[in-house]
Amino acid sequence: MSSPMTPSDNGYRRIVVGAHKGVGAFALQRLTAIVLAAFVVVLILRTLSGGLAGYDAWAGLFVPLWMKIVSLIALFALFYHAWIGVRDIWMDYVKPTWIRVTLHTLTVLWLLFCAVWSVQILWRV
Amino acid sequence: MSSPHSTGKPRPEFRNIHVTQILQYRLPPPGMVSIMHRISGALMFLALPLLLWLFDLSLTSELSFARLVEFASGWFAKLILLVLIWAFLHHLVAGIRYLLLDLHLGVERAAARTSALAVYWISLPLTVLAGLRLFGVL
Repeated sequence: MSSPMTPSDNGYRRIVVGAHKGVGAFALQRLTAIVLAAFVVVLILRTLSGGLAGYDAWAGLFVPLWMKIVSLIALFALFYHAWIGVRDIWMDYVKPTWIRVTLHTLTVLWLLFCAVWSVQILWRV
Repeated sequence: MSSPHSTGKPRPEFRNIHVTQILQYRLPPPGMVSIMHRISGALMFLALPLLLWLFDLSLTSELSFARLVEFASGWFAKLILLVLIWAFLHHLVAGIRYLLLDLHLGVERAAARTSALAVYWISLPLTVLAGLRLFGVL
């Protein structure tokens, strides 16, 4: 950092603003966090307010189409949020490139699996 | 905060911290909240299959709902659920703190320390409350 920059330095001419290196991920991590927090807090308050004991009342909550869609959006937000967080963990701690890329790939595949699974769960009610 | 010239016992110095040194390193509260945020997030990620399976059981049929209730009545399952409840509450409260920090609210050292401690004061009692409810005390 303290060494003077020469024209041959990597990034000397880089325009930092507009490089978009991780800015999109940063923003979407926050956006998905807000969606998730809102959905989960409302769901918890609804559950605590009572009347949801037993299968019929609980499952009935997810019968309307709009609730399925809202729930699915929240779950997709969860999977995308998890992708950014887990990606950051791999980037921070796993140095060998091929192991890191493998872990990234497995994480994406696993989260896609979960996303399709959650469609199936919601649309069976 | 002690000054570099204080006469107490010499403070340990850390450069690139090694795994074996982690426990000797006294992390300030904001740092502690930060690593706990990461650990709680990783825990919930690892628990995704369990959570989706439980969600599936809760919605599929009356029979599967009964299986869920039976599964959740065991003490070991309750313990796992309690750990996940803690992870969720910590992640949620710490996450709200980070959103406020993003808005440049409470970024000064003293304020950041207070809000880091507030994360524990909110998330831990809620975890205890959920635990008491879970184990049928409340």
